[in-house]
Amino acid sequence: MAENRPRTLFDKIWAHHVVETLPDGTALLYIDRHLVHEVTSPQAFEGLRAANRPVRRPDATIAVVDHNIATDSSRRTGITDPESRVQVETLEKNVVEFGVPYIPLLDARQGIVHVIGPEQGLSLPGMTIVCGDSHTSTHGALGALAFGIGTSEVEHVLATQTLLQKPAKNMRVTVDGKLPLGCTAKDIVLAIIGKIGTAGGTGHVIEFAGEAIRALDMAGRMTVCNMSIEAGARAGMVAPDQTTFDYVKGRPYAPKGEAFDRAVAWWSTLPSDPGAVFDKEVVLDAAEIAPMVSWGTSPEDVAPITATVPDPAAAPNETRRAQLERMIQYMGLTPGQKLTDLKVDVVFIGSCTNSRIEDIRVAAAIAKGRRVAEGVRAMVVPGSGLIKQQAEAEGLDRILTEAGFEWREAGCSMCLGMNPDKLTPGQRCASTSNRNFEGRQGPGGRTHLLSPAMATAAALAGHLADVRDYQPQGSH
Amino acid sequence: MKPFTTLTGVAAPLPKANVDTDQIIPARFLKTIARTGLGKSLFANFRYDEQGRENPDFVLNQAPYRNAEILIAFENFGCGSSREHAPWALLDFGIRCVIAPDFADIFHNNSFKNGILPVKLPREICAALMEDAKLGGNARITVDLERQVVVRPSGEEIPFEVDPFRKHLLLNGLDDIGQTMQHKPAIDDFEARQRAAQPWLYA
Repeated sequence: MAENRPRTLFDKIWAHHVVETLPDGTALLYIDRHLVHEVTSPQAFEGLRAANRPVRRPDATIAVVDHNIATDSSRRTGITDPESRVQVETLEKNVVEFGVPYIPLLDARQGIVHVIGPEQGLSLPGMTIVCGDSHTSTHGALGALAFGIGTSEVEHVLATQTLLQKPAKNMRVTVDGKLPLGCTAKDIVLAIIGKIGTAGGTGHVIEFAGEAIRALDMAGRMTVCNMSIEAGARAGMVAPDQTTFDYVKGRPYAPKGEAFDRAVAWWSTLPSDPGAVFDKEVVLDAAEIAPMVSWGTSPEDVAPITATVPDPAAAPNETRRAQLERMIQYMGLTPGQKLTDLKVDVVFIGSCTNSRIEDIRVAAAIAKGRRVAEGVRAMVVPGSGLIKQQAEAEGLDRILTEAGFEWREAGCSMCLGMNPDKLTPGQRCASTSNRNFEGRQGPGGRTHLLSPAMATAAALAGHLADVRDYQPQGSH
Repeated sequence: MKPFTTLTGVAAPLPKANVDTDQIIPARFLKTIARTGLGKSLFANFRYDEQGRENPDFVLNQAPYRNAEILIAFENFGCGSSREHAPWALLDFGIRCVIAPDFADIFHNNSFKNGILPVKLPREICAALMEDAKLGGNARITVDLERQVVVRPSGEEIPFEVDPFRKHLLLNGLDDIGQTMQHKPAIDDFEARQRAAQPWLYA
């Protein structure tokens, strides 16, 4: 590898973490941070136990429960679902046996693993970060290389603090210009996935760049990186800058004082060099993005809220026609129907994509002084206990509950249908989560992905709605 | 891990693109602490109706395909979640090989770790193999990893690519933690250097 070749952000972090390169080009990659949760870890700890192997770096590891837990007050009196309880208890036994730090269910810091990593300063620029969850890409917003792994790899990292990895290819998605009114980070990433498709990033690490990305706060960057996996990418990243450093400074696990200054000096060397070559480049104009919503059962099937349901008869080929027919049937749609005519039963504001304080502030600003439509169940699920506290300190919970929203405890909730928060068959949900797959939010459930602002508008209207018609009331 | 050498068996056609891991194993079945027992929940939303009765139209509920060891699908197989429960469910059902035009990265990795061979072949070949597979029990397909060929019932051989390192691990049923442990001195050295340069990464 030529010394002076301009390198990408990914190239630099990768090179910093290669322990050894095997003869066939596979790298033994060092992992700086390993986040563990209850669903994808039990079999990994079991494997360690069977082979009599310890956790190599408990200090680089942290565990939390988020996926299977209830988000109502029932958690205070013990987990009622027997399978969920066994999974949580298994994690609690494992963290004690292997000496892994753990944030318990009733701790204020508990929350969605991809929310608490950045919030606690556990996720830092320049790090390699893994977790047995595909949305680990979220942490790339800090300028880290962060990706999801399977349980065998969880065990591999616990045992060796490394992974065997082939280098990814570099892809850059540049979003130039300024976002129009009513558009947010979620609309950017839905527009990107709509453009490149769910396999558009396969084999690549995507660096998100351009004026519209730079202008995003850290919460927005996390939303964009979170859904990199929905574009098929191994990871998503944003180069660290002053916004990043200001965010990291003072967080519990972040370096302090002189160490912070040293860290910033290093982090400042990470952005891609001018002239660095990307294997694939995509450019979007932010000005052309509109508030987006998914209508189908794949995250690439998105459209501006002003659009109509596509007609399978106009499909370019037979495969696509069959796919469109299946999606339209599953989603209970009619070709040509206006998206704004779709009545919703449930509105879910939460998940590792959109449950940060910034998201809740947007929802509260739009909901203030208005009412959730009759017959709509609308819920807001903060990403962590600390976000919940912060929102309550700002009075956002009162604004939302007065408008008719449920205000819940932190967790993955209705994103994935493995805890009590689920859709029933046929229910239509406006959801700020990340996947609209068939049955994702519960068997037969129909998911429309959108931003927290758009979800709030849908809750108030009772149907998918254009947030530009629901701007905050009063003086802002 | 069970080695994968040569497999001859019934192949089930699943002519769909973007078969995501929520389809392969819905999240409500992830509340387990074991690797086994997930086969009955494989493709649960397609295989069973709301009352839990078998849907006779779904391929894996049809006689020859109940014993399928090979699955053939279209693009982007295994997209979505990182859940290793997806290959565990396939394996527990009896599937040892998935053939598709391409695979999502994490699923692809997870398959190898569990002795499942993902074979990438162009769409038109997958479509042809699906036609073979529709002949059911009379049309056995062979997947020979050593020689890197898929053998159609007609005897026609279709070569495929596979990463040499992963091939080695699969053929021998090796788990890669043991392999990595041989690099312990290099990991120790790396940590010593990193600890000096970036002490904030060490508690």
